[in-house]
Amino acid sequence: MKNSQTVLAFQESWLAEPRVALDKKIAEYLGSIVVDQTGAFLSQVAETKLRSQAETLANELKTQGEKLFKEKPLAGVCIGIKDNIAVEGEQLTCGSRILEKYRAPYSATVIERCEKAGALIFGKLNLDEFAMGSSGENSAYLKTSHPTHPDRVCGGSSSGSALAVAGRLVDTSLGSDTGGSIRLPASFCGTFGLKPTYGRVSRYGLVAYGSSLDQIGPLSNSLSDLELMARVIYGSDPRDSTSVQTELAGWNSEVSKSANPRPQFGFLADNCLEGLQPEIRLQYEVLKEQARSKGAQVSEIDLGFLKQSVPVYYIIAMCEASSNLSRFDGVRYQSRAAASFEASKLDEFYESTRALFGSEVKKRILLGAFALSSGYYDDYYLKAAKVRRLIAQELNQVFQKIEAIVLPTSSTTAFKKGERQTDPVKMFLSDLYTVVANLAGVPALAFPHSKDNEGLPIGFQIMGPGFSDEKLVIWAEQYLTQAIDVGAK
Amino acid sequence: MNFEAVIGLETHVQLNTESKIFCGCPAKPRTGVSVADQEINSSICPVCTAQPGTLPVLNQKVVEFALRAGLATQCSIRSPNVFARKNYFYPDLPKGYQITQFELPIAENGFILIDLPSGEKKIRLKRIHIEEDAGKNVHYGPYSLVNLNRAGVPLIEVVTEPDLSTPQEASQYMKALYALVTYLEICDGNLQEGNFRCDANVSVRPIGESRLGTRVEIKNVNSFRYIEKAIEYEIHRQVEMIRAGKRIVQETRGFDSARGVTQTLRVKEEAEEYRYFPDPDLAPIVISDRQIELVRVALPELPRDHQKRLESEYKLSSYDASVLTTDKTLAVFFDQCIAYMRPKAKPEADVPSLAKSCCNLLTTEVLRFLTENQIEMSEVKITPSDLGELTLKWVAQEVSSTGAKKVLEKLLSEGGSVELWVTKLGVKQENNDGELMKIVESVLAENGAQFKEYCSGKDKVIGFLVGQIMKKTGGKANPSKVQMLIADIAKKSG
Repeated sequence: MKNSQTVLAFQESWLAEPRVALDKKIAEYLGSIVVDQTGAFLSQVAETKLRSQAETLANELKTQGEKLFKEKPLAGVCIGIKDNIAVEGEQLTCGSRILEKYRAPYSATVIERCEKAGALIFGKLNLDEFAMGSSGENSAYLKTSHPTHPDRVCGGSSSGSALAVAGRLVDTSLGSDTGGSIRLPASFCGTFGLKPTYGRVSRYGLVAYGSSLDQIGPLSNSLSDLELMARVIYGSDPRDSTSVQTELAGWNSEVSKSANPRPQFGFLADNCLEGLQPEIRLQYEVLKEQARSKGAQVSEIDLGFLKQSVPVYYIIAMCEASSNLSRFDGVRYQSRAAASFEASKLDEFYESTRALFGSEVKKRILLGAFALSSGYYDDYYLKAAKVRRLIAQELNQVFQKIEAIVLPTSSTTAFKKGERQTDPVKMFLSDLYTVVANLAGVPALAFPHSKDNEGLPIGFQIMGPGFSDEKLVIWAEQYLTQAIDVGAK
Repeated sequence: MNFEAVIGLETHVQLNTESKIFCGCPAKPRTGVSVADQEINSSICPVCTAQPGTLPVLNQKVVEFALRAGLATQCSIRSPNVFARKNYFYPDLPKGYQITQFELPIAENGFILIDLPSGEKKIRLKRIHIEEDAGKNVHYGPYSLVNLNRAGVPLIEVVTEPDLSTPQEASQYMKALYALVTYLEICDGNLQEGNFRCDANVSVRPIGESRLGTRVEIKNVNSFRYIEKAIEYEIHRQVEMIRAGKRIVQETRGFDSARGVTQTLRVKEEAEEYRYFPDPDLAPIVISDRQIELVRVALPELPRDHQKRLESEYKLSSYDASVLTTDKTLAVFFDQCIAYMRPKAKPEADVPSLAKSCCNLLTTEVLRFLTENQIEMSEVKITPSDLGELTLKWVAQEVSSTGAKKVLEKLLSEGGSVELWVTKLGVKQENNDGELMKIVESVLAENGAQFKEYCSGKDKVIGFLVGQIMKKTGGKANPSKVQMLIADIAKKSG
């Protein structure tokens, strides 16, 4: 029996039997992890640690009762962490051989917040190496598989974060989203996933891929769980200069009162939907009607810049990555190729260790370094930065007229393993609908909707202007999701 | 064919903030511990060792210090100014890039005035930018280790236009900039520890030629004397190469101070590729007019103003005044000496002569003592009131020049009061006319023949007579006083 309770429901039952409920849940999850075939977990936290944390929490619950959940909203919540987020004392491989022996000497801000809120961290989750990939096929460790269709990919790069949630191996998880890395696997696996407004969640402790695009966000099986996590992890952080340094950063639960009762949603016009899988195209129409019937105002919009957004995204992400990944040079982190000890020149030393990167990572470092080099900088990085600003401006203009855009997450449902590995352009186009939110720094929420003919989850996303994160959750709940559970199982 | 040199300097000034530029680690060892003695890798954290996932947070003090430097050199302040990443691999650079400023530095287009025998010269500053220092590689036999204590220590880099033409101008500029940053109290100015280090770009061209010659960079010179020697050697080398029909190679050279020559460090075969781009981890630095005004009004007296004041108030030569103001501690010490002496000086004693005497003691005796003992002005035991007191005694001829020097030596090394050492060393000059007169008269009587010669106009004999009297008093008599008494007696008897 797999746990399908929401956190709030669990906390209620736990309150009734503080001694048993949490222990039972932990046992169930640990059992599920043992038999997991999808490759969700890269490492697990010691069971004894979980048990002792659970005991402490159970005691607190006995003495404090319901009040515990005010102080510790994540009390008893079992979470998994993408293995590019630092948890003190735990591994931080980023799915790469180059960090195989490294253990984080500190915890990310989001981890400190989750722990303080009473969450139980189960372990580190699989990912595409350094969060580079859309399919979940680029981990240097475990191969991942779609939870219901083993011949299919689960989406990436937060592959393990989606798998752990969809497979009911944890209550919720944290992923990171640079160009869709939370939303894509969430849609492929039939879960919810939130990419926050840039700067509302601290990046301190998230191993950088594209620093100006990266955000940590939650994945879950329900909107209420998603909001619970958001409430904890949102907020300004003095250790991250790009975090919003006002109280606006924090999650505002009061927003529901001011949310427009008849929101205006923009749905993409036909020219933006070329190449969409027919079932997704059909379900998009269904979703539009559903929103309209529930009282939303619906209009058609043309996001002409979608096509430009992918090359702009890749140039910026790769340029930043080429620099961000320079620190993996073999000098620190106990990661050093054997050949580096034989190196007679400094260049050889670096080459031997950096050969530990996987091919996708090498490709992106090379392309990024090329695009930043003198003679090309103006044509690539600078131009991409300019177009990025224009895209953000145009998007803001769109948000003057409507409140949110409802759009596909991907043009297809989960595709077959290996299918796009040889076709990078097709692989990059998996990100057509997701990268705009990162380029503009706005929030986007991926939600499960229906299934295609093969029974694969179809998900969509709702994207709003900066700081509309709370509204996205409310609107998704009121207008866009169906009452039935459409999760993978 | 005659040649001229074109020289530009880039100076790295280590800022003396408490903590590093992007994390909370101490930026320097505990007081009393030298950088060399600081325990290796003791001032490090996840941020400055570039642990994966960490982020930089700017120390605002660094911005304030850079503003001080910019405003004191008449630069225009850029807002917003932007941090960039300079990407290169080296084991002492933990992130694989240095956070610096590239296209948009905090300060630009200023100048520094320097003194030359021909008068004042304006050296234009192209820019001042903020950056972080790297760590240090340490080599043990076959192993190379990295000490990251220095990684993330804040620096400003001050870059001149190629306005300098001689080695002397370069060292004058270096001294002027050094004085400036120590006056501004943004740099500890410890040259040995590399707080202040210069790179010189040197090229030569035939006089009359407008195109610049091939430029050679001399790296990391940390002394006023060496910069002069290094550039002198380099100009000579380049001119000789051209005269011999050889091509100057664009390269980086180091100065070997023991041999007095520059040597190739690395040849730049092609333009360096640093792949600069704006650092996405740090927001642009926005500086308000109000912030600029607050820093501007709080600027202390600058070395050049101080120098001018010493020249006009105390009639010090511009040479003396510039030597004093190269080191703020020295100049402030001098001011305090004057402040002590002023109320105590006899009405007829003029302040300029006190000032000149005090300055002489400071710039010759005290500076020599500092060099000989390898210590800083702040470490000596003498106080300004001691030196003031000693100067007063010397000017009033209560101690001789030799006596004053002896006392000073003791005050510098052991402390204590002027009075104490004058007595202990027995260097008090005899100024009592009555006592002295008796001795003079007796000596003249003993040396009647010589005295007669003197009276008859042989002035040179006075030396012998004074010498005899000094001998009799054990050196305690004031020789000029003795001379006056002899002249008096001669006049009376004549």
